[in-house]
Amino acid sequence: MIKFSHVTKEYPKGAALTDVSFHVPKGQFCFLTGHSGAGKSTALKLIYLAEQPTSGDVRVSGFSSTRIAPREVPRLRRRLGIVFQDFRLLEDRTAEENVAFALEVTGARRSTIGPRVMRVLTQVGLAGKANQYPRELSGGEQQRVAIARALVNDPVVLLADEPTGNLDERATRGIFQLLRDINASGTAVLMATHDLDLVKSFDAHLVELQHGSVAYDSAEDAGADEEAAP
Amino acid sequence: MNLVVRETVLAFRRAPLLSALSVTTIAFSLFVFGLFGLVTVNIQRVIGTVAERVEVVAYLRRAATSEAITVAMSDIQAFPEVASVTHVTEADALARARRELPEFQDIFQDQSANPLPASLDVRLKPEFRDARHAALVAERLRALDLVDDVRYGSDWVAKLDHLRNIAGAVGLVVGAAFALVAIIIIGTTIRMAVLQRGAEIAIMRLVGATDGFIRRPFLLEGLVKGLMGGALSLLLCYGAFALVNTYLFRADFFTTGEALAGVGAGGLLGLVGSLVSIGRHLHTV
Repeated sequence: MIKFSHVTKEYPKGAALTDVSFHVPKGQFCFLTGHSGAGKSTALKLIYLAEQPTSGDVRVSGFSSTRIAPREVPRLRRRLGIVFQDFRLLEDRTAEENVAFALEVTGARRSTIGPRVMRVLTQVGLAGKANQYPRELSGGEQQRVAIARALVNDPVVLLADEPTGNLDERATRGIFQLLRDINASGTAVLMATHDLDLVKSFDAHLVELQHGSVAYDSAEDAGADEEAAP
Repeated sequence: MNLVVRETVLAFRRAPLLSALSVTTIAFSLFVFGLFGLVTVNIQRVIGTVAERVEVVAYLRRAATSEAITVAMSDIQAFPEVASVTHVTEADALARARRELPEFQDIFQDQSANPLPASLDVRLKPEFRDARHAALVAERLRALDLVDDVRYGSDWVAKLDHLRNIAGAVGLVVGAAFALVAIIIIGTTIRMAVLQRGAEIAIMRLVGATDGFIRRPFLLEGLVKGLMGGALSLLLCYGAFALVNTYLFRADFFTTGEALAGVGAGGLLGLVGSLVSIGRHLHTV
């Protein structure tokens, strides 16, 4: 569903990714780990096509980075939910309006927006704070609003770039549990993080980047084990 | 469309100060342009009224028969430059001289014989009231048999031409400069509004809004701000005009068409300014 094939991304400053290949199947929970600057954010940007690979191909839900027309990019993004470390909420809109915004831009019918927004806000545990503004919410709550916004379009995959990076221990646990629940209901989750405790706490697909290359991929490891087995 | 209107209204409600500021900025830059426009319009009208006096007078030979004069008149009327031809008989000329030149009344009174010749007074169409066309018409009149002499005040018409050229050139250069300044100021103002909402645009793109969808509320906002600025500048211009009219001299205001064109130009500037700003911004987010 997300497939990197020999992807290299070069910036004027140097290469961010070099010959990266990995595959995240439908419905999977996958960690993307590595130190800051290892290329995690670049990899996510290539998935939502904020960037184009210098060489190689990124396939996401039937779209190929090498063949997609610019006007199709919005259609791709509507199948993705994206969550960031800094939440990226609109400060002058309530939680409910922030979530509804993601539906409005896709041209959803007004009558369907309200119920869908309340459903995801309930799912992330914020139904009672729908009318509050981001500044009135804690960090963890703001991230829940962002996750609700990412979920409201029923994405095939949720991309989370260090979603717990700005949160304390307790909020981190809460958000992580929420992401696992979302995954359990069928949505693939690709979570970039450098929080190793979190990674160790949950047995999931793990791709580790180092200096822009794949240093470890648990899927390939398992594949190698199977091949090695008699 | 409903959503576009709602987002536009929200943009005004969320940043009322910035919105008011941009409308005022647009209004004042258009006001400067409008004042200049008023000056130009008035100068043009004064020149126009002066130019109305451009007249080619063909003095007729005494021997000219009335049939010949009638034929000549219809010939002259057919010239493309000519608006009207009036036959001024010797008696008419005398009556006019008595009326218009009272200081010479004695001369005209004393003489029993009328010294003034009959003439054909030829008025030109507005677009031909210049030295070149007056000379052209005079040349043709001179060629007629019944015409003795032709006068059209060539020096005076040449000066009028000169004045008109200067007014036109100054109007063009200064007007273009003012228009350019207005465009830059309005463009910057609208760019500020777009930049202020950079985060919003980035989020819209992330959740899959198309470029067209992102652009529309900004375009409508630019159009509305431009129209409001244009209307406000029209009010300011009218205020300035009323003051001048009351305390300095009688002036003319824009015609309704010119006024509407001015407000429309404000809207257009707002729209184009937004289009350029948002276009540039969409590619950088």
